[in-house]
Amino acid sequence: MEIRSKEFKERAVFAIHDASLQQALGKAGYGFVGKRALQVAELPEFEQLREEAKNLKDHILDHLDHYLERYEQAVVAAGGRVHWARDAEEARRIILDICQRVNAKTVTKGKSMVSEEIDLNEALIEHGMEVVETDLGEYIIQLAHEPPSHIIAPAVHKTKDQVSDLFEKAHGGPRKTEVPELVDEARRVLRDKYFRADVGITGGNFLVAETGSSVIVTNEGNGDLTQTLARVHIVTSGIERVVPTLDDATLFLRLLARSATGQETETYTTISTGPRRADDVDGPEEYHVVLVDNGRSKMLAGRFRDMLRCIRCGACMNHCPVYGAVGGHAYGWVYPGPMGSVLTPLIKGLDVAYDLPNACTLNGRCQSVCPVKIPLPELLRELRHLQHQQQLSPALQRRGLKAWRYFATRPKLYHAAEQVAVRVLSALARNGRIRRLPLAGAWTDARDLPAPAGRTFLELWQGKRGQP
Amino acid sequence: MNPRDAILQSVRTALKRGELDETRRSALDARVPQHTRPAQDEDPVARFVRKFESRAGTVERVADRAAVPAAVDAYRRRLDLPARAAVGAGLKDLAWPADWQIHHDRAGIEELLSVSPALAGIAETGSLMMAAGPDSPTTHNFVPDDHVVVLETARIVEYFEDAWAVLRARPQGMPRATNIISGPSRTADVEQTIQLGAHGPRRVHVILVG
Repeated sequence: MEIRSKEFKERAVFAIHDASLQQALGKAGYGFVGKRALQVAELPEFEQLREEAKNLKDHILDHLDHYLERYEQAVVAAGGRVHWARDAEEARRIILDICQRVNAKTVTKGKSMVSEEIDLNEALIEHGMEVVETDLGEYIIQLAHEPPSHIIAPAVHKTKDQVSDLFEKAHGGPRKTEVPELVDEARRVLRDKYFRADVGITGGNFLVAETGSSVIVTNEGNGDLTQTLARVHIVTSGIERVVPTLDDATLFLRLLARSATGQETETYTTISTGPRRADDVDGPEEYHVVLVDNGRSKMLAGRFRDMLRCIRCGACMNHCPVYGAVGGHAYGWVYPGPMGSVLTPLIKGLDVAYDLPNACTLNGRCQSVCPVKIPLPELLRELRHLQHQQQLSPALQRRGLKAWRYFATRPKLYHAAEQVAVRVLSALARNGRIRRLPLAGAWTDARDLPAPAGRTFLELWQGKRGQP
Repeated sequence: MNPRDAILQSVRTALKRGELDETRRSALDARVPQHTRPAQDEDPVARFVRKFESRAGTVERVADRAAVPAAVDAYRRRLDLPARAAVGAGLKDLAWPADWQIHHDRAGIEELLSVSPALAGIAETGSLMMAAGPDSPTTHNFVPDDHVVVLETARIVEYFEDAWAVLRARPQGMPRATNIISGPSRTADVEQTIQLGAHGPRRVHVILVG
């Protein structure tokens, strides 16, 4: 999808005033957070597992080349093929080539954020293929011609009424208004697509080097119908998703469902190993894996390596007050919320996603729930630092920081200025509050500034010390 | 440089080293993961049943394999389904009612009922482990509205790790697809309302044997 992160501020304002969106976000946030908390409370080992998962990911990343090579060998031994894509363009080309070679007319898709990252749908549609998203959330937003707004629940921003409208328009009437009817209607429409599909594309939650398998974790079963009924199965996955063994995948599985949807396990965990065997009565004739780098190997080099531990559970966005207020679309690209605010600038550029690392209060809830302990606030602060170094931040802010540094490194001057400021602000106050503050109108437009007490902290402190 | 080598090269550059030597690689290959497993002190069969039922699955227990066809027939009658089923070839040997229409092929779009043998049950989460093959075609797990799974109690293991050991012990190696199933298909994509029967089976019924 086209990146629109530059419009973050405008989109955030629209989001805050969008009543339907606010209604949808209100329901979702509470559900995810509460369900996760219940699961965590029921598993005394949860913290221990987080620590182990962090260490395991670090071990994998330290030996990523080795595990990728072992994984490739095992896929080939199982009769599958591995393709390597340095960037989005190469990944699209590889998948398009496979689809064209097998003369694909209908392509079904399970939920895959990597496929969003590489703009796959547009490329296939441009070449005359019918592309059908089969995850209910993805199907809804495909009908709405919108990108996902959440990595786990792509249509979390839609209300039931909006889904009813979309379905009525796409499938004809009578209009369904209840959730069971809506789900049933999608089930009926998509059934036919699964059985007609030439190629089925899924993501890969984990790639297992031991067995050459890809693992997907779902609740609906759409990913399984997608990959079982099509003639060709293509897996798209980032290179960082490899794990050494099935036992290693288990550690992440125990954390993933609890962190993502607040369940002990998702309904389906599917381990796919190669194409249909000689005596099989079903399954795809071809099995391909497209390993996508797209900036990941560069991330491995520096201070952002921690981000590659991400297992895409979405807990960080579920617990983010900013995401909770503006939803995923404001972020302007595939990955929203805290993890997206780190990934988007790193994949798409510090300048085009300038606002994202800055749209954060550094409250740290994301880090405290991250199942692989990614220090998200630290990474966001690091990105701000880089933006400052590269002179991407606004000139006024840079001059302000410079002025602040001038005072902050001269304590006497700082205290003198502070004394003046405190007295001026006190004089401006009415009933202990400041209604309007020159140069800070944007802040005081929406709320009052509490007035200072009349003296600075240091003055008060020194006064206290003077007393017996 | 081809994309594969370029990516591996880029990874090594980022890690500030060259290719790992054989000693190091053998050590990595020999690594045995030792991760914490959540403590479990319940009887595995009881836990399997409790967990599977907590995820909207249903379970009944029969004394032996010979009792399976009658149990499936009773299930079918309860739900008023036609006497037709896709049955995994792994259950071919059972004495299916003579008036039933049974096939062992892949499930078709109109399939309503399937019966499959499970390779294992996992007590940890109350999950079934199905191994793809003619004995248990994958489409039987996902296409019909009703999926009946035959699981011998002796096949219930405690943890996921134990289930992987079952896979590793198979002479034919990893199945093409290994499906771990924890109840019927579900979605919460419309306003977080959990709805069963999203794309896969609306009901999953386990017949526990022994």
